[in-house]
Amino acid sequence: METNSISRRNFLRVSGLAGTALCLGFYFPANAKNEELIAASAEGQSGFEFNAWMRIDTDGKVTLTDHRAEMGQGSYQSVPQIIAEELEVDLKDINVIFAIGDPDKYGSQITGGSSTIRGSYKKLLNLSATAREMLISAAANKWGVPASECYAQSGHVIHKPSGKKFNYGELVTDASKLSPPKDVKLKNISEYKLIRKPLNRLDTPMKTNGEAIFGLDKKLPGMLHAAVERSPRLRGKVKSFDDSAALKVPGVKKVFKIQMMVFNTTRDGVVVIANSTWAAMQGRKALRVEWDDSGFEHVNTADIYNAHEELLKKEEGISHKKQGDPDGALAKATRQIDVIYQTPYQSHAAMEPLNCAAYYQPDKIEIWGPIQAPDWVLNDISTKFKMPKDKVVVNMTFLGGGFGRKAFLDYTHEVVAISKEIGAPVQVVWSREDDIKQGPYRAGISYRGQGAIENGEISTLKFKMAGQNIDHWNGPARGKANGSTSEGFLKPYYDSIKNISFADVPYEMPLPNMWWRSVYASTNGFAYESFMNEMAVLAGQDQLDFRRKYLKDERCQRLIDKMEEVSGWKSRQKNQGYGVAITECFETTVGQIVKVSRNAEGKVKIDKVWAVMDCGWYVNPDIIRAQVEGSVVMALGAATIHEITFKNGLVEQNNFYDYLMPRMSDAPPVEVHIMENTADAGGVGEPGLPPFAPALTDAIYDLTGNRIRKLPFNMNAV
Amino acid sequence: MINITVNGQHHEVDADPNMPLLWVIRDILGLTGTKYGCGAAQCGACTIHLNGEAVRSCVTKLNRAAGQRIVTIEGLSANNDHPLQLAWNEMNVPQCGYCQSGQIMSGAILLRENSNPSDQDIDDAMSGNICRCGTYQRIRAAIHKAAAMQTEGAKL
Repeated sequence: METNSISRRNFLRVSGLAGTALCLGFYFPANAKNEELIAASAEGQSGFEFNAWMRIDTDGKVTLTDHRAEMGQGSYQSVPQIIAEELEVDLKDINVIFAIGDPDKYGSQITGGSSTIRGSYKKLLNLSATAREMLISAAANKWGVPASECYAQSGHVIHKPSGKKFNYGELVTDASKLSPPKDVKLKNISEYKLIRKPLNRLDTPMKTNGEAIFGLDKKLPGMLHAAVERSPRLRGKVKSFDDSAALKVPGVKKVFKIQMMVFNTTRDGVVVIANSTWAAMQGRKALRVEWDDSGFEHVNTADIYNAHEELLKKEEGISHKKQGDPDGALAKATRQIDVIYQTPYQSHAAMEPLNCAAYYQPDKIEIWGPIQAPDWVLNDISTKFKMPKDKVVVNMTFLGGGFGRKAFLDYTHEVVAISKEIGAPVQVVWSREDDIKQGPYRAGISYRGQGAIENGEISTLKFKMAGQNIDHWNGPARGKANGSTSEGFLKPYYDSIKNISFADVPYEMPLPNMWWRSVYASTNGFAYESFMNEMAVLAGQDQLDFRRKYLKDERCQRLIDKMEEVSGWKSRQKNQGYGVAITECFETTVGQIVKVSRNAEGKVKIDKVWAVMDCGWYVNPDIIRAQVEGSVVMALGAATIHEITFKNGLVEQNNFYDYLMPRMSDAPPVEVHIMENTADAGGVGEPGLPPFAPALTDAIYDLTGNRIRKLPFNMNAV
Repeated sequence: MINITVNGQHHEVDADPNMPLLWVIRDILGLTGTKYGCGAAQCGACTIHLNGEAVRSCVTKLNRAAGQRIVTIEGLSANNDHPLQLAWNEMNVPQCGYCQSGQIMSGAILLRENSNPSDQDIDDAMSGNICRCGTYQRIRAAIHKAAAMQTEGAKL
């Protein structure tokens, strides 16, 4: 069966480049500004380091490399879908492999910022078209005919007048000796056969029969298993531990203390090594560890938000952006609002708990795991273990979700340190409790919005944010405004509103925090778009018309028209529970309309979500729809179901029984529309998330007159 | 030694009788399609069939399965062609895919017991399975589709 044979081959790495093959890739010379397109035959690769982004063997086998992580967002499908289009091969005939971490070959590999397609599609199109032209030239030379009489299709070059054909495998030896042409012609969108088509994902079959290999599924010969007891309170240090009971657990082999490094901090743990995951977990339970965890008792959620509020009242903060004279306009204003919005700390809680396998040997380190940034891991491990980069191999498996968490470098460092200590391959599995309680988290942020309406028009918008900055991990963020203070806010507003300011009021707190799906747009979007809805009410105007007035950019206008059309906006009745929000995230704009109503028991329920996405050039519309559908569910959880809270420095949540998740019955119907245009590609994996919470709370306001400004809130209590 | 049958194959397992079936299946038998998600029967990623009933293998001890019959995702069908697997593929249900073995194993019991489930039936049967990617809408549609396929298949 074709699907099975593809899936079995997925995990065979192209270990060497023995034999002749045509390989194309980009070379990223150190310190060079532009990558240089290179081609090489496998036999003649002297001097050049090249990546096998695509490799065609003499037997015609095509291997395409996914240089980014696959954590559900679809790179495993969309990267090959781009390459196959211009290369003229059938998707069913290709083998997809994951790249190892190697920024010199692939450029940035961090799967974040929704950047896989928008960051590389032009390069991938060009690369594939170049390979195709080289294969056509090789065929034309063999036949002694002009290349213009030949074309490529389904892995063959065909001579149009005679109907003669070669398959690509027969041409690679000759093609690999040619120089890549300088300027190749790319297809117009109307000529695409694969791109912009809702093709089924190549990784679906192996995700329905248990074949897909995630980090947790990695098995190495002689591999041991480790569980780590971690401090229940933030950054606790191991004072002492008693391992006598742990060592009596059958299967437990060794217990020792370990220090995990995270940027500029360290975290203590006590490691239990065993012959199975279960034995390691049992050994961990039997440990007695005394922690020195003083110094963090003061960390309490209520205090954090009180402090935010104080700061927002007292401090002007560090200016991030300013135009006009917002303070002057506010001083003169007669109709104004001044409100505070609060967003909670959140755990990523990917379904696959953190885990990683590693084998440290004196002359080589190899890692296998669910890794979002193999290039960062490569640099980090090379530096921390003083091992040359060419002796460090970072392998990506499939990721059981990531959402930003698996781009952190703590768990990858920890497993290598453990393998070094025991001199054997080992896999560390974090428990769900570790995953929930240890962070890092999306930081809880508070916002103050001040604005005024004069003669029915916005005269001023003044925003301040207070909260932890993600840069925290790289050192204190004092003195500099958070560069993401205005993230999520639509740029066309700057053209139509005279007085606008954004300021950041830094709030230092030793809680581990980092990016979470859609990063600051996920919290900023709630504050800024909720505020626009409040301004619309103050101006006595329809929320959608209000935005149409200020978002004069043509793409925004079309997006608003589409939102209005698909949701039946104009035929809705007053106070029927319709809400609106539009946010920008990673070069993509998404507008959502949420409709709520009261059910028979009087509880508010979500009837429908309409999402309209303008992401410019795109690859697979079905993957886009799936990403937006899923983003809405994740946003629903963060807005109405779960939050991480702290009490005396302890995280109060443990597992899915107290960090609750949206379930099947919570998921609203989501209808996704994609705007058709040829603008540059924007992100897809994250931008569907930010507009949901402000659109939902706006819908609740429309239905009930109750404006919700603090997340999460209880849907059953509104 | 504890005897169990997994996907039709007989195994004599030498392990702690208290070891959850999840780890027996994954670490000892090497069948990794069954996933660890929470260890507390909260997420359903580890769902298997024990004597034809869906159980959370992360909290089901090895000794409870002594002499019993287990089916994991690897044994649900011979060629990835259970109606649910076909529907999952047709509708591109999985994103990251980590929870989907458990979703399909829960759905398989639902379909066996109820050949034409309503949305409410699906909500009830699938409420123990979390999908962090949020594929619920597609899971629901795919279960309806699989139910239709199953009914059609039964008519043939």
